[in-house]
Amino acid sequence: MRPSTIWYTLKQGVKNIKRNFMFSIASVITMAACIFLFGIFFSIVNNVNTLAHKVEEDVPITVLFNEGTTQEQMDAVGELIKARPEVSKIEFESADEAWEKMKKEYFGDDAEAADGFKDDNPLANSSNYRVYMNNIEKQSELVAYIKTLDNVREVNQSEQAAKTLGSINRIVSYVSVAVIVILLIISIFLISNTISVGITVRKEEIGIMKYIGATDGFVRAPFLLEGMVLGLIGAGIPLVILYFCYNSVVTYVYTKFSVLMGVVDFIPVGQIYQTLVPIALALGLGIGLVGSFITTRKHLKV
Amino acid sequence: MIDLIDVSKSYGQGLPAVNHANLHVDKGEFVFIVGSSGSGKSTLIKLLLKELDSTSGTTIVSGEKLEGMKHRRVAKYRRKLGVVFQDFRLLKDRDVYENVAFAQRVVNRPTRVIRKRVPEVLQEVGLAGKYKAYPDELSGGEQQRVALARAIVNRPDILLADEPTGNLDPKTSEEIMKLLEEINERGTTVLVVTHNKEIVNSMKKRVLTMHNGVIISDEKEGEYYEA
Repeated sequence: MRPSTIWYTLKQGVKNIKRNFMFSIASVITMAACIFLFGIFFSIVNNVNTLAHKVEEDVPITVLFNEGTTQEQMDAVGELIKARPEVSKIEFESADEAWEKMKKEYFGDDAEAADGFKDDNPLANSSNYRVYMNNIEKQSELVAYIKTLDNVREVNQSEQAAKTLGSINRIVSYVSVAVIVILLIISIFLISNTISVGITVRKEEIGIMKYIGATDGFVRAPFLLEGMVLGLIGAGIPLVILYFCYNSVVTYVYTKFSVLMGVVDFIPVGQIYQTLVPIALALGLGIGLVGSFITTRKHLKV
Repeated sequence: MIDLIDVSKSYGQGLPAVNHANLHVDKGEFVFIVGSSGSGKSTLIKLLLKELDSTSGTTIVSGEKLEGMKHRRVAKYRRKLGVVFQDFRLLKDRDVYENVAFAQRVVNRPTRVIRKRVPEVLQEVGLAGKYKAYPDELSGGEQQRVALARAIVNRPDILLADEPTGNLDPKTSEEIMKLLEEINERGTTVLVVTHNKEIVNSMKKRVLTMHNGVIISDEKEGEYYEA
């Protein structure tokens, strides 16, 4: 393509947008709404995921052993658990350590009360492994596996936490995929509508171009460009708005629900935007391109 | 340059718009195609432009067979043709210069060539002084001159003119025909569809008469017959 042709295409593309300004505005707004919602869901899913990961790390499974299990046997079980892919780390706590910890937690400064037990460790059989997972949804599977191992007496798990977080995560993902797909279709439809209005307005010109010997590509290029420009603008606007909204929402949540401070950590907006910006721009560009491509294919057969 | 071998075109039921047409036009010829409304003249032009596909027969133009031509080849093929219409079909939002330059941009000519060629061709059609005017500011004759300039700017092998004087007064019509003759003299094959009896009779060119889709006469230095 010659520079003059590229320049011509650019000029015509921009001219098209100006010529059906209202339609262009309408499709930009829809696209912006679509990508705005996408951004919101993207942020929510990411935050829930991070929260879930944090809980996964914080809520371990506890593995207790039968009476008389030797340290070697316990070590062997530990090795087997560690080999599982869903396990991120395991910690061993001997009966003595468990007792020491309990003494501190329950009796605190009241050392005398604890002394009543003397050397008689009431948690004699409490040597245990704490197992931390990297995927909480696999918890039941892992528990079932550990129960089959020799010398294991009991496995304590936080099943409720696992189930709730897992299902919240899934619901949010499903809902966001559904909403995004619907909005994508609407956006493509609107872009296509805008382009077909542009084609109708320029029908005569296109006819002349065809008689002169313009290739399909030459006729289509300005319309494709128009679609992509609309798409990019439609993606840029919500990204800017969302940037400021995100920070306000985080501040609002922390001030209104100060209990959450330190418990719930929001991902910083900069980190979210590292992935969101390229995805949103690609989405805008893609919707614009697909919408205009479908339309020009349909209308520009002369 | 143009060969039609037993070409027919029908639109659904009824008589074909072009019925078993046979025609041979040499390079550099000037041919009038005459006939009443609905005689198939415009369909013939549309077949040559590859705007329509023939129903049967073979059409060969400038060495290319039109039947079975791939869609992507059509644009390249049309660059060998120049075309003017009764209603001029100029772009109203662009001045004379841009209307002509447009034809060159469409076929990817570099700006440097466009800047040289457009004034040249405007000079040829006698519009050198009006390159900044918009179509609405021009008379019918002048608009048709712009359309002619646009049709020949890419130096086509063949110029197809569909009722080029249909909207013009007799004096202007004569001027346009004179221009077509000049273009023909420079080597371009010219086909003119017309109703204008006086002009056809005065110019003493080859005349093809069509009636109900059939070419009923084909005469060198012919006259306009009412079918």
